[in-house]
Amino acid sequence: MLQLENICVQFPSFVVENVNLEVNEYDYVALLGMSGAGKTIMLELLAGLVKPDSGRIRFRGTDITNKKIQTRGIGLVYQDLALFPHMTVRKNIAYPLRHKGLTAKETVALVRHFANQSDVSHLLNRYPGTLSGGEAQRVALARTLAADPDILLLDEPLSNLDIKRKSELRTVLRNIHKSGKTLIHVTHDYMEIATLANKVAVMENGRLVQYDTPDKVFKHPKTEFVARFSGIKNLIPCKIKQKTDDPGLQAAEVSDRITIYYVGRQPECLDGYVMIPQEDIILSETPGQTSAVNNLKGVVTEAYLSGAGMELVVATGIDLVVSVSSHSFNKMKLNPGKEVWLSFKASAVRFVAV
Amino acid sequence: MLQNWKISLVFLFLSGLVLLFIVAPLAGMFLQTSAGQYADSVADAEVRNSIRLTLLCSLAGVLIFSVGAVPLAYLLARKRFPGREFVNGLVDLPVVIPHSAAGIAILGVVSRSSWLGQAGEAAGIHFVGGVAGIVIAMAYVSIPFLINAARDGFTSVPERLENAALTLGASPWRVFFTISLPLAKRQILTGLTMMWARGLSEFGAVVIIAYHPMVTPVLIWERFASFGLSNARPVAAVYVTVCLVVFVGMRLLGRKPQEKS
Repeated sequence: MLQLENICVQFPSFVVENVNLEVNEYDYVALLGMSGAGKTIMLELLAGLVKPDSGRIRFRGTDITNKKIQTRGIGLVYQDLALFPHMTVRKNIAYPLRHKGLTAKETVALVRHFANQSDVSHLLNRYPGTLSGGEAQRVALARTLAADPDILLLDEPLSNLDIKRKSELRTVLRNIHKSGKTLIHVTHDYMEIATLANKVAVMENGRLVQYDTPDKVFKHPKTEFVARFSGIKNLIPCKIKQKTDDPGLQAAEVSDRITIYYVGRQPECLDGYVMIPQEDIILSETPGQTSAVNNLKGVVTEAYLSGAGMELVVATGIDLVVSVSSHSFNKMKLNPGKEVWLSFKASAVRFVAV
Repeated sequence: MLQNWKISLVFLFLSGLVLLFIVAPLAGMFLQTSAGQYADSVADAEVRNSIRLTLLCSLAGVLIFSVGAVPLAYLLARKRFPGREFVNGLVDLPVVIPHSAAGIAILGVVSRSSWLGQAGEAAGIHFVGGVAGIVIAMAYVSIPFLINAARDGFTSVPERLENAALTLGASPWRVFFTISLPLAKRQILTGLTMMWARGLSEFGAVVIIAYHPMVTPVLIWERFASFGLSNARPVAAVYVTVCLVVFVGMRLLGRKPQEKS
């Protein structure tokens, strides 16, 4: 198990604050966050390239905070791959094998093994400058795997690849994970998280703000960034009213005349966002006779195709995005200008503090 | 378009003037040297010996002082430390001071009354009036060319490559010799060439440390002072030819290789 305990690092214009993280053996952790959130620094901290000002990093119970980079057992694939341009692919992959005291024959065999594993055996005599993005990514993976790290750190390994190459490389990463490696993978891609990771760590401004399974992180986002990242379009700034009649029901003011109710206890911070999943909004032509506590009258302002159905933007005083099927769209003639009612339950609404 | 054409013409004219300024004196020197005078100088043992001595002394300076200059360049390129800019300024000092003044300064350090001079004498090394002194004088005035070129070379190597090598298990020594040095090689070779070339042309500092044994710049001056222009010119022509051959040869060797494919 890898543990980060109260890690703090101060840079001239950036601070990593009090990061605590536990990564289990064979976990595949996606490290998510906006640009400048501190994700790459986290990788460099784990690799030993950056030393924390305070805090501890433990691996399998041993304190590795000040352990030499070379003996940590942690491999890092940089976003720009950092392939050695003056060496062939063969020499790049052989680089970490040179100091292991292997015979030339053993080195050749291992280079072949790792080249096969990453599907680059046909590129061994090429120089990095002549490789495509996908080929270079696979060579960088093969080289890092040749160092036989216990933990593999990947800094946006699938960025700048086309869809086909991404899919191929995802398969390679999945196989590496299956082979018994722990992976920590910086990404901005929902598909990568959904198809690869079993944990998501969210960083914001140098702090770890959420760490859980992908399902929990995206269903219960703790930050605006994650909420937007997970595709929630109805994210509306609000202020929680100090007192409500029902202590289990909170009232969030989203405009002068609109209040949205949600189920939950009153938060410490009263400023934030309410999230209303668009699939939980019921659209009708007349005020709905439902148990939903939130009922808003509005006008359709935009309608566009989305997947198998349609997405409507309804102006109610605030703009809400609603999903409907094509069948309902045609039947109800939901063209721009149409007056409609929107209903959604308080239990469907979530609050994210700022 | 018309303005582009005009500016190109003006720049071409000015560039031509500068190139003429560089080439004309040398061309004049060769044109005023007859083939017979040139051949006599080549056959002159004193000239040949002085050229050999000059080439070897400058080369020795390059080889000896590069052992410290290249690591210094690496530190200046990679490390952030208090006074780094001051050290960068110090490196350029030999270029900006008069070379006769540099010679006087070096003489103070290596003269027979100094501890270094006395230590050298005890070990049989004569700095003043000796080859060792010439090597030091040449290296002193030319070492900034190597340090600056090598520093620029190391700066151009992405640190991420060195970090990647460290995470792959390489020791800092191995990273230096397998990543940093090979990738900065071209600029370092340029620096070595420039240092050697600058050493070959040194007169001011060398003449103060060692009039004898006579390096070629000192020999040319001696011929000019003793026998006049017509005696000095053929020696100068032969020496300039040697310098050009060495310099052009080194530049060709240090050329950027074709893109590997």
